[in-house]
Amino acid sequence: MKKLINSPDHVLADALVGVELAHPELKVDHTNRIIYRGEPTKPGKVALISGGGSGHEPLHGGFVGFGMLDAACAGEVFTSPTPDQMQEATKVADSGAGVLHIVKNYTGDVMNFEMAAEMAEAETGVRVESVVTNDDVAVEDSTWTAGRRGVGVTVLLEKIVGAAAEEGRDLAAVASLARTVNAQGRSMGMALTSCTVPSAGKPTFELPDDMMEMGVGIHGEPGRHRVPLAPAADIAQQLVEPILHDLDFSGAPTIVMLNGMGGTPLIELYLMYGEVAKILQKSGIQVARSLVGNYITSLDMAGCSVTVLRADDELLRLWDAPVNTAGLRWGV
Amino acid sequence: MAGETVTLSSLVTWLSRFRDLVTENRNYLTELDSAIGDADHGANMARGMAAVMEKVGASPATTADELFKSVGMTLVTSVGGASGPLYGTFFLRFGMTAGAVSEFDGAALSAALRAGLGGVVARGKPELGDKTMFDAMSPALEAFDASVASGGSPAAAAAAAYDAAVVGRDATTPLVARKGRASYLGERSAGHLDPGATSTAFLFQALAESLAQG
Repeated sequence: MKKLINSPDHVLADALVGVELAHPELKVDHTNRIIYRGEPTKPGKVALISGGGSGHEPLHGGFVGFGMLDAACAGEVFTSPTPDQMQEATKVADSGAGVLHIVKNYTGDVMNFEMAAEMAEAETGVRVESVVTNDDVAVEDSTWTAGRRGVGVTVLLEKIVGAAAEEGRDLAAVASLARTVNAQGRSMGMALTSCTVPSAGKPTFELPDDMMEMGVGIHGEPGRHRVPLAPAADIAQQLVEPILHDLDFSGAPTIVMLNGMGGTPLIELYLMYGEVAKILQKSGIQVARSLVGNYITSLDMAGCSVTVLRADDELLRLWDAPVNTAGLRWGV
Repeated sequence: MAGETVTLSSLVTWLSRFRDLVTENRNYLTELDSAIGDADHGANMARGMAAVMEKVGASPATTADELFKSVGMTLVTSVGGASGPLYGTFFLRFGMTAGAVSEFDGAALSAALRAGLGGVVARGKPELGDKTMFDAMSPALEAFDASVASGGSPAAAAAAAYDAAVVGRDATTPLVARKGRASYLGERSAGHLDPGATSTAFLFQALAESLAQG
């Protein structure tokens, strides 16, 4: 394992030190591993809190700031944070207007956030609503399974719903918008390589040079299928097709994210975006906004994911609203 | 021969033996989790049980409810993932049902273990065959109860529970996962031992060994 670390057990703690020093506009609670905005939540503003395992940076800590999250709880690499962390973040970030928990649909994340919401409501009376993202079309949804994973749409949701919260909408309206965004977004990911979890010390799986994994999530786990490596145009087809098959995106403007998994250079991400955009155009899908880069990653995994969100004028307006975070910044 | 009652200190031995087993098998659990999950089960369980034993050592409890509340909360707040809430809730419910006692007979231990299992079910909503820790824990408790019902000592019941947990654990190999991260692999999750069922077998191995010491 070749990594820029001091020790596998101290990766998260050491990284949070760096976040604090690099971003004096943020506050870092090292004991509870929470990243907050520097300023307390404005009275009347619903607080947005997310969190999850680390290793997906800039998600979620990189999206704390004006126009997006109020706080982010960091778990160990690929491990959900714990209820006491979330409860503390909920208590500190609440202005009295309530708190929205944004949870990606993974068994551990859902259980820990559930416990946190129960604890926060019981002990402090903070009103908590939760939205669980589950946009990954690679997973067949079924009541018998853990359901679809929350992936790329989480980034778009945190931006759009964050803008709505800044406008002073109440908790019910903010939560309802969050559910709408989740319901209208779909994602699909692929991997060229596995990734190396620092505490494991070696790649999570072996992938021969001429093969790729289709339908991966963001935890270095193998995907649904292992298939032969193909030109970018074919890979784009394999990513976009299941998305368009799953939801009707015609007749509406869309927001499209081409996201890198952490180990793929931007030149390849832009190349892939070009292929994806061509397919969408041929399918009659109108792309109104796009985002290309590493936003929800899987450590050093090479690969990418595509997210398509069915929008409308209102969602586009919220998307365009000013945002000032380490990971996304425009209009300020 | 182990006696008919189980003392609080045997249960502390149970916890410390469980800590040793997940620590010794940290890499093994992580390897299992790498195949069908996200490669963190060994590290998480070792970290959680180390925190538990530190807490138990620093402030020794005199009753079971006190001990297991502290164990459960420590796991919930130090492990994360699914294992934290699942094992944490197991011990929290175990302690709540055990109550303010310092000795158990077989029936009392069974009731506490059953309450723990109920906590796992409440959090994770598993069914048999989902390829989870439930596949080891549920048959282990069946065997424990059957042994107690036929007059077996707590130590004999724990030994039977361990045997059943191992059988349940091994039976997860051919299963297609329907819960947790392994479920995202669909058919590809078949052919691998479930890491959660494996750590649960260690839990019952630890119980059997600690009660055999009496």
